[in-house]
Amino acid sequence: MKRKISFTLNGSEISIETDPARRAVDVLRQDLQLTGTKEGCGEGECGACSILVDETVKLSCLMTAAQLEGKKIVTIEGIARGQGLHPIQQSFIEYGAVQCGFCTPGMVIAAVAFLAANPAPTREEIRDAISGNTCRCTGYQKIVDAVEDAAEKMRGGNSDG
Amino acid sequence: MKKETVLDGPRLDAFSKVTGSERYSVDYYPENFLWAGAKRAMVPHARLLALHTEAAGALPGVFRVLTFRDVAGSNRLGIVRNHQPVLVDEVVRYAGDPVALVLAESKEILAAALDLITVDQELLPCIFDAEEALKDGAPKVHEDNDEGNLLRTVSVCKGDPDTAFGACDAVAGGVFETSRQEHAYLETEAGWAHVDDRGVLTIVASTQHPYRDRREITGALGISLEKLRVIAPYLGGAFGGKDGITVQCLLGLAALCSGGRPVKMWWDRRESFLAGVKRLPARMYYRLGAKGDGTFHALSCRLYFDAGAYAGLAGEVMAMAAEHAGSAYRIPNVNIEGYCVYTNNPVGGPFRGFGVPQVTAGMEQIVDMVAEKLSMDPLELRRVNALRQGDRNCLDVELTHSTGVVECIGKLMEHPLWKDRQAWKTSAPKWKKRGCGIGCMGHAIGYPALVPDEANARLELKKDGTFRLYSGVSDMGQGNASTYVRIAAAILDQDAAAIELLQPDTDHDLPSGSSSASRTTYTFGNAVIEAAGALKETILRCAARSSGLEDIDAVELLPGRVRFKESGRSIPLSDIAGLIDNDDRSQKGYFRAPHDQSTLAIMYLGAHVLFSYGAHLARIEVDILTGKIDVVDYVAVTDAGKVLNRCVYDQQVQGSIAQGIGYALMEDYLVSEGRQETGDLATYIVPTSVDLPDMVSIAVEPEEKTGPFGMKGLGEVVISGCLPAISNAFHDACGVRITRSPLTQERVLSALAGRGEGR
Repeated sequence: MKRKISFTLNGSEISIETDPARRAVDVLRQDLQLTGTKEGCGEGECGACSILVDETVKLSCLMTAAQLEGKKIVTIEGIARGQGLHPIQQSFIEYGAVQCGFCTPGMVIAAVAFLAANPAPTREEIRDAISGNTCRCTGYQKIVDAVEDAAEKMRGGNSDG
Repeated sequence: MKKETVLDGPRLDAFSKVTGSERYSVDYYPENFLWAGAKRAMVPHARLLALHTEAAGALPGVFRVLTFRDVAGSNRLGIVRNHQPVLVDEVVRYAGDPVALVLAESKEILAAALDLITVDQELLPCIFDAEEALKDGAPKVHEDNDEGNLLRTVSVCKGDPDTAFGACDAVAGGVFETSRQEHAYLETEAGWAHVDDRGVLTIVASTQHPYRDRREITGALGISLEKLRVIAPYLGGAFGGKDGITVQCLLGLAALCSGGRPVKMWWDRRESFLAGVKRLPARMYYRLGAKGDGTFHALSCRLYFDAGAYAGLAGEVMAMAAEHAGSAYRIPNVNIEGYCVYTNNPVGGPFRGFGVPQVTAGMEQIVDMVAEKLSMDPLELRRVNALRQGDRNCLDVELTHSTGVVECIGKLMEHPLWKDRQAWKTSAPKWKKRGCGIGCMGHAIGYPALVPDEANARLELKKDGTFRLYSGVSDMGQGNASTYVRIAAAILDQDAAAIELLQPDTDHDLPSGSSSASRTTYTFGNAVIEAAGALKETILRCAARSSGLEDIDAVELLPGRVRFKESGRSIPLSDIAGLIDNDDRSQKGYFRAPHDQSTLAIMYLGAHVLFSYGAHLARIEVDILTGKIDVVDYVAVTDAGKVLNRCVYDQQVQGSIAQGIGYALMEDYLVSEGRQETGDLATYIVPTSVDLPDMVSIAVEPEEKTGPFGMKGLGEVVISGCLPAISNAFHDACGVRITRSPLTQERVLSALAGRGEGR
């Protein structure tokens, strides 16, 4: 049975008609063409499908469409700021934190939420924060470098962060 | 612009990936498409008697259910042996074999339909151990194979090893077993396909080799080459696991039977683990003898590689292992026997390292055991025996190219983490033990002599004065596409942003081999250099002639323009483009990697002539209460020739170490009676960010004269050092050796309790 579900998506109010039991990741990717959100396991193990739900990281493969109702949803497509990249995205590029790139959207989402809560983290804290996001290419070192650099930029006000 | 500056800098694909706008094979949901999915056998060996698809076909929303009867061609896939069914028609040989293909309106309906398909089958006797499978009376996986379950054997003999062992002062022997490693790329196998109005089947898929796929698919499905187009967008990881057919042929079959509608296939994680290829597990019997001064004198090894149910590239993996069984050392007397054997286990296939991580684990542990017998410093023992340019390797192939393993060892010798290893060992806190271990390795670049290692690149000056580069080799995440653009930019003296890159598409007709074998930048990069050089000359000649000059040195190519040196006058490239014939605005480059046909007599497919090298150090801490090993420090010294781009270089080094540490400590794809026991990422554990240390990457940079800007391949060499370095570190820490990897907590505790060697 389809139902109307209303929520905020990347800053815009939207309503969709869908089966409320469908997975949020399918709604985002297939219905709304926001394919930046990836799926790596479908079981909540890899973090590739991470999105922000009311500014908290959630795994969209473990959410139903019904759980989007009334929420403020941000996907990777909503992370950049107007024409400019988010400082975390910029640091990911500069520090070589991107290889195949399939984990990258989820990794960026995790980092955005983490730095909002902890703007001056140690490398160990960064490693803990992204430990729910699997990356098979990088060995994580450059991702940690990038998050460290982004934190510094965001603290120093070198960007609009 | 300095060439170094153009080659360096961030990856050009990072922007689209970091914003989520890059479209991978999984990201296409074409209008009016059908989901396609395979019914898997789930039994390891059976004769197919009947397929019951009626209930699935009758389910509302199911478009069609296809079986082998719907396959018009040979219904057989294979690279070397053409024997893997697209859909099983007679015999199931492993649990992942597909028996039926369903086309449905939604994922949910697809799943329900697959559950409704039932199979009548006669279960057959199974064989799960490679060595056992060679014995008389073992159940046969392929009835028509004349050599029982033997897929392929290679044998290399040099000198007189039997006598030579008698002349050694120290001989060490051991049996080593390595695990079945799963690639676990984040993007599982995926793609979409459709047949257009002209009857051309287009398959867009996550694949390392669209050109070879095309050949396999046409034969299996009975369509002609000109009716099939394969496109490979950026891959979400592959590591060898997509160097062959995964979804491609099933997608093609589905699209041919979908009434013109597009079809999409995307394996979930469990299906990816079930049906994807794995690193071949190996059992290796090693014996190494040395003279009193440490000189290696004799090597004997017998290698058993478990191919699983189908040939794929498993025989070639084993041959590569045999070629590298003596690692990077001079040894005058050598006997290497390798056996690649069919079983009813998951299909073995390429995985970063291609057989070399297995044998390097065996060889580098034996080297440490010989060092112990000789009471020699293990790194010094390696230095004494390490190959130098001009030496002959274990196969008796003369190393005429750059050979930097001695320099790698030298860097490690002077590294503080090596010099301070005793202090590290004695500083262990209570309930912990600490150790330091090393491992060296070599890795061949490109294909062996018999297989032409070629690349064809095309570079075009567009009418608007910018450029377009046609890639022939997939980018599975390693960044070769970005490097191709930077290489072209360096030759053409252009900004990288002025060059657009098109991903491999068989319609471009640029067969360039696989994205594998540490060859992508080395081989295709050379072809790009040639294409860019030809295009540059065309542009300069056209510009010179436009002013009545014949000497192209009178003009120079600058970003976006050409400049007449004498007058200082410039013409924009858009103007020049209008003056050049359409045919000439696009230039091709070709390269074939060095090869020595005389090595064909040595072994199957012949030998390689060009190698990268490395020397590694691992410092570990062992918790003797829990058995957990922490890799605290890791140093990788690498000879992959000149570094073109430090960031991309270290990406390969760090990523390889991460997979190597996983291989050493935790990754073991378990099957019991042919059925997967570690079917998802909750049970098959790969390293997370808290399992890995910050790693040190040191490059020694001997110039490789045949390489683009002096480089050699880097994608694979690094992974082979990790398992032996960590195993040797464990022995250093605890005084016992675990010969079966990975070094899990259970094996560590068992070894510490003196219960065997962790077998």
